[in-house]
Amino acid sequence: MDIRRIAALARLELTDDEVPRLQGQVEQILHYVEQLGKLDLDGIEPTAHAGELFDVLREDGTEGPGLSREEALANAPLVAQDQFRLPKVVE
Amino acid sequence: MTAPRSPGAATPTELPSAVNPAQLTIAELRAAYASGDLAPADVLASIAAEIDARDPAIGGYLSYDLELALEDAKSADLSLPLGGVPIAVKDLINVKGHPCSCASKFLSGSYTSPYDATVVRKLREAGAIPFGRTNMDEFAMGSSNENSAIRPCRNPRDPERIPGGSSGGSAAVVAADIAIAALGTDTGGSIRQPASHCGIVGLKPSYGRVSRYGLVAFASSLDQCGPMTKTVADAAALLEAIAGPCGHDSTCLETPVPRYLDEIGRDIGGLRIGLPGEYFADGLDAGVRQRVEEAVGTLESLGAEIVPVSLPHTEYAVATYYIIATAEASSNLARFDGVRYGRRADSEDLVSLYGRSRDEGFGDEVKRRILLGTYVLSSGYYDAYYLRAQKVRTLIRKDFEEAFAKVDLLASPVSPVPPFRLGEKLLDPLAMYLADIYTISANLAGICGISVPCGTVETDGSHLPVGLQLLGPPLGEAALIRAAHAFEVGRPTG
Repeated sequence: MDIRRIAALARLELTDDEVPRLQGQVEQILHYVEQLGKLDLDGIEPTAHAGELFDVLREDGTEGPGLSREEALANAPLVAQDQFRLPKVVE
Repeated sequence: MTAPRSPGAATPTELPSAVNPAQLTIAELRAAYASGDLAPADVLASIAAEIDARDPAIGGYLSYDLELALEDAKSADLSLPLGGVPIAVKDLINVKGHPCSCASKFLSGSYTSPYDATVVRKLREAGAIPFGRTNMDEFAMGSSNENSAIRPCRNPRDPERIPGGSSGGSAAVVAADIAIAALGTDTGGSIRQPASHCGIVGLKPSYGRVSRYGLVAFASSLDQCGPMTKTVADAAALLEAIAGPCGHDSTCLETPVPRYLDEIGRDIGGLRIGLPGEYFADGLDAGVRQRVEEAVGTLESLGAEIVPVSLPHTEYAVATYYIIATAEASSNLARFDGVRYGRRADSEDLVSLYGRSRDEGFGDEVKRRILLGTYVLSSGYYDAYYLRAQKVRTLIRKDFEEAFAKVDLLASPVSPVPPFRLGEKLLDPLAMYLADIYTISANLAGICGISVPCGTVETDGSHLPVGLQLLGPPLGEAALIRAAHAFEVGRPTG
């Protein structure tokens, strides 16, 4: 397993000293979970969800106002012009 | 250590003047309110003083806000089922105006909840006052509370030992009598295992019984919120308050909530209780086995019929769980990107801003699980790991369906070992995962479970609590509470 490739997919910028440690630990756990390969699972349906599968419907309407702009931005690390501020993504 | 209390339904309590109100059960506190012996504001102030005096040695709380709680106390309607009762809340459950750090550096000190979780709204509707944010493993990932990025939490019964996890703080503050009762969450045993290790009652409701809206999600198909209390009656009272439908959680069941408190005192004659052989196999500590076997004997003497059963896929549960839970976690924790809330690393490049915010903000266990979950969902590995685990989950669910066709409840240990010393397993994540063997299947199958104290084992001079686990079928909480209470009052003490 290439831990740097997985970390990039997970948007985790690991430091150099983290890489060997985490790689070893994740590989150890992967080795353990490989025991599921022993089971014959032909014809077994997967379970995505413990509950009974059902559709929940409600009237199409609103419940009144959600968070105000001020409340929604209150926890933001950086705000500009009443919006979340990000680094430039287009040159 | 505190003296054992007499569990049971509400009984009027004589209050000596020096009583610490945090020693009381919900039932006792309500009786003291009814008789006029105590008032909510005084109770809150006393608990705050107890926390200040004793929690530094325990580490059960991450914060509390006496001012906000006293404000809530002014309008407390003592006639409601939980009127004026302070409830400690695990630090991943949103309470409007309070911090919600998930014991993570990612959120600590920078996040204030903009709304109440449904369980908190329901607590308020029942008259309760959320008071105190309890310590936990970061984002609920862990079984010892050692993954808290804020501070360690210790077991009040032996401060050298772990309180269990991930709801370790909730268990510790209830056990140490610095809280009346608490809410925890259970994704793979995180209510039942710390309850067992600290010697209190912890109930994991069936999947869908309690709303997850406003809980910071770890693994959405497994997470449930439930009560952590001093008595089974208190667990019934809290569950009755928080259970029920929620328009904000499409997995929350519409099924009406029974009157769980009516189960308190009912007898268990004729109840069929199964003993899964796989839960008493190699690896179970001899002392723990002895306590649990004695507990089963007590259930039998109370009229239950004990039936051997088998859950043949038990040996695959840990592997299945650590694929499904980590896959869901890797997806759920994508929201922590450094943009809308929480930690933000300084970077001029957006992808690097995400990557560095997350690397700086998350601890090792969270990174391990995100990496593992990302791997098992990644292209080329999905079928071999994630899909395969989902199929084994079906087999595990069927094991329980077949067992519950024969019996009403199952009885087993909660943890194969008593609480270990802080640091003992920290360097071996897999060894820590393997100790979850008796609790995680319940989450995979969506069934309900409870841990109720069944004595202690002596290890190196410490008397360490042991929990009896009872498991019930989906929405089987009523029988669970009936049997747990019958055991609690029927168990020989000493």
